[in-house]
Amino acid sequence: MSENTLHVVERRAFLKYTFGAGALILGTHVEAFASGADTAVFHPSVYLGIEPNGTVILIAHRSEMGTGSKSTLPMIMADELEADWKRVKVEQAIGDEKYGSQNTDGSCSIRDFVEIIRTAAASARTMLEQAAAQKWNVPAAECQAKNHFVVHTKSNKKAGFGELATAASNLPMPDKKSLKLKTDSEFRYINKNVPVVDQQDLCEGKGVFGMDAKMPNMLVASIEHSPVYGGTLVSFDAAETKKVAGVRDVVTIERFKPPHNFQPLGGVAVLADTYWAALQGRKKLKVEWNLGPNASYDSDRYRDSLVAAARQPGKIVRTQGNVEAGFASAAKIHEASYSTPLLSHAPMEPPAAVAEFKNGKVVCHAATQNPQAVQETVAGALGIDKKDVTCHVTLLGGGFGRKSKPDYVAEAALLSKKVGRPVKVIWSREDDIRTDFYHSTAGMYVKAGLDAGGKPTSWLHRSVFPSIGTTFDEKAEYAMDLEMGMGWNDLPFDIPNHQAENGPAKNHIRIGWLRAVANVYHAFAIHSFVDELAHLAGKDPVEYALSLIGPGRKIEMNPVGMKYWNHNQDQKTFPVDTARLRNVIDLVAQKSNWANRAKGGNGHGWGFAAHRSFLTYVAVATEVKVEGGRVRIPNMHIAVDAGKTYNEDRVLAQFEGAGVFGTSIAMMSEISVKDGKVQQSNFHNYNVARLPEAPETVHVHLIKSDAPAAGVGEPGVPPIPPSIANAIFAATGKRLRDLPLRKGLRA
Amino acid sequence: MIQLKVNGATRKFEGDPEMPLLWYLRELLELTGTKYGCGMGLCGACTVHVDGKAVRSCQTTMASAAGKSVVTIEALKGQHAVQKAWMACNVPQCGYCQSGQIMQAAALLKEKPKPTDKDIDDAMQGNICRCGTYQRIRKAVKMAAGVRA
Ligand code: FES
Ligand code: FES
Repeated sequence: MSENTLHVVERRAFLKYTFGAGALILGTHVEAFASGADTAVFHPSVYLGIEPNGTVILIAHRSEMGTGSKSTLPMIMADELEADWKRVKVEQAIGDEKYGSQNTDGSCSIRDFVEIIRTAAASARTMLEQAAAQKWNVPAAECQAKNHFVVHTKSNKKAGFGELATAASNLPMPDKKSLKLKTDSEFRYINKNVPVVDQQDLCEGKGVFGMDAKMPNMLVASIEHSPVYGGTLVSFDAAETKKVAGVRDVVTIERFKPPHNFQPLGGVAVLADTYWAALQGRKKLKVEWNLGPNASYDSDRYRDSLVAAARQPGKIVRTQGNVEAGFASAAKIHEASYSTPLLSHAPMEPPAAVAEFKNGKVVCHAATQNPQAVQETVAGALGIDKKDVTCHVTLLGGGFGRKSKPDYVAEAALLSKKVGRPVKVIWSREDDIRTDFYHSTAGMYVKAGLDAGGKPTSWLHRSVFPSIGTTFDEKAEYAMDLEMGMGWNDLPFDIPNHQAENGPAKNHIRIGWLRAVANVYHAFAIHSFVDELAHLAGKDPVEYALSLIGPGRKIEMNPVGMKYWNHNQDQKTFPVDTARLRNVIDLVAQKSNWANRAKGGNGHGWGFAAHRSFLTYVAVATEVKVEGGRVRIPNMHIAVDAGKTYNEDRVLAQFEGAGVFGTSIAMMSEISVKDGKVQQSNFHNYNVARLPEAPETVHVHLIKSDAPAAGVGEPGVPPIPPSIANAIFAATGKRLRDLPLRKGLRA
Repeated sequence: MIQLKVNGATRKFEGDPEMPLLWYLRELLELTGTKYGCGMGLCGACTVHVDGKAVRSCQTTMASAAGKSVVTIEALKGQHAVQKAWMACNVPQCGYCQSGQIMQAAALLKEKPKPTDKDIDDAMQGNICRCGTYQRIRKAVKMAAGVRA
């Protein structure tokens, strides 16, 4: 596995390594590309600095793609520091490992950094208070930071943060144990619905995305990639292209060497004064490809083969009791196969970046979820040191995992090196949909042995899908621990005989992670199957799910042949806690008035699913109205226990958005491949939910919790598709076991 | 030569008359508030007003914009009732689609100051928001129109 894999998989370990000694975060050295915090007079941490004029500079080191992390992390610091939000400048960090991981995915920006940044801010506050105490010659305990000032109530003295900055910078760092963090009741910005820092810009068209970034004298490139994954260039003819007004150059980019990792796919780039001219030139290119072995890949046939493989024994990845004995003694057996398609991320902004190679170094501006991966990938492509790659991070027009993979940034850097000018690479929507890192397709099989009351005594779940691991090892055929730990081999059901098996799958296309990742297909199969069992037993689906989960308890997960992934968190801090899962189920039942719901039939029904992912507990109840092949979703209730939250309105927004994203996955999105070529190209054939197809209202119910902060961006998605499938069953009696559901509904 | 008005100023254009207004705005005038999302009239990210009507600038050639008055998100300057409602409802997530959403909603309210749910569905269904801000969009349109949510 490559270094990049380590960053994805071992993020937590990496963080520990970076922050283990606590030395780096409070380091004070100034880097070559210094941030506003680094150069400030008082900069007790890489994340914050204070200028003598009182300006507080807070560093947003995680990418902003719509979750609010660029605002929430600084807001937490401002609150802990007792700064005045109006006098804060939020600065987006460049890629630099001194910040710890900047890989903005895995729903962990708050979880992994809240303690670190609160400690940094509390240290700064304490030092300002000490500086004031020295100045006034009073005990530090009597001085208190309040809204950008330190005050000494007894003597009625008051000094601004700016005034104290220089003196504070000469003080030693306080001992971490001596710090007093604010209590929740003292918060002024946390959970107070403060708008995100870019809100006004975004409403006025002033936000700068990767698509909007520019450099003086740049060319704009559009790149023709092989239509089949892994194809190589045979020849091309650019004579007609070069006649197009505005076209300046046509150059090739070499194909990646397996494993593809985040390297460019390779292709022919048309460089022009404008993107429009580059597109016109590209239309006139004649390119011949050697399509290679994947030219026979057919995703429908492949999906059938996954479903068939899941009917065969696979590698055991979790086992307890004896499933075969359980089946033999069962009163009844129920079994079913499920399948899900490839999906494209389709962020509203297709991939885009601008880069300049000069004097052996690269400076780039990119819409990226992971600027440190940009440094590594660009450095690898150009054969330079990653320290010589400066990656500025723009706003992202959505990411969903696509923009963690910086192939397009490496393309811009390579092209700049070739043509000696800055180059902006823009992927068209067609490029985006035809050559993505796709969410994996999966075939699944679930079998239950039931007792006389209809409760499973034996449970077998096989899952077969090409793994994300193929990004880093092209020969990988089995799932990675993280894929298996996503709502599958950590299923918290109270069933004595339980087994999970993973079958092999060869890969033919780039597979990547998409919002909620492997949880999506596992949750679909598991929670659809639970609903089937409930109906077989003649029980209410919510009551039945609660009986499967059993009493509230913390379950230690011990899968076979691997460590339980648990998002790289230990099971003591983040246990699989069925009491919390039961809580969200009770809450969603109560809020949706589940007991008195329309009982189903006549095209009107409700469906339910509950799932733990990203350490967060989510239960969903969805109401559907099916009219012909059309499904309306008047109401969707989502109950959430994400531990402690820090920006409630953005948390609500993430779950509202998950309701829509999950509806797209459930109802209409599908990538299919014939002869190795992706059949979809734009929003007419790659469908995503539009306003009338989205849930009319997503009601989000947050549980107030003191548990450590868990994930927010992704965990809303997995239970949505099964809740919709189950609602369609209630409404129509049709059990749909393959995504997207619309296909089956219209069949 | 093509002459047109953009945000009140008269502009002359001598390039390819088939060039979409979108790229003219973004690349030649550097008005990057208008976004590219599909280039096929499928997503609404590029929505601007031409003679007061919401159009997809990716589907509007420079030739067809000749003599017309074009208004982009930049001209609204945060003062439009729709923008104010958008901010009051914290609509944007990533924000990339929002220029188009706002221009579409502004045109809707001009035509139908008190839109029904059906009016909103019909007018806004061409504008994709991949982040899924639709319910806040609906709420903000109603707020801007002063109709009950
Ligand atoms: S870019 Fe014009 S409608 Fe999508
Ligand atoms: S806010 Fe991100 S696409 Fe609409």
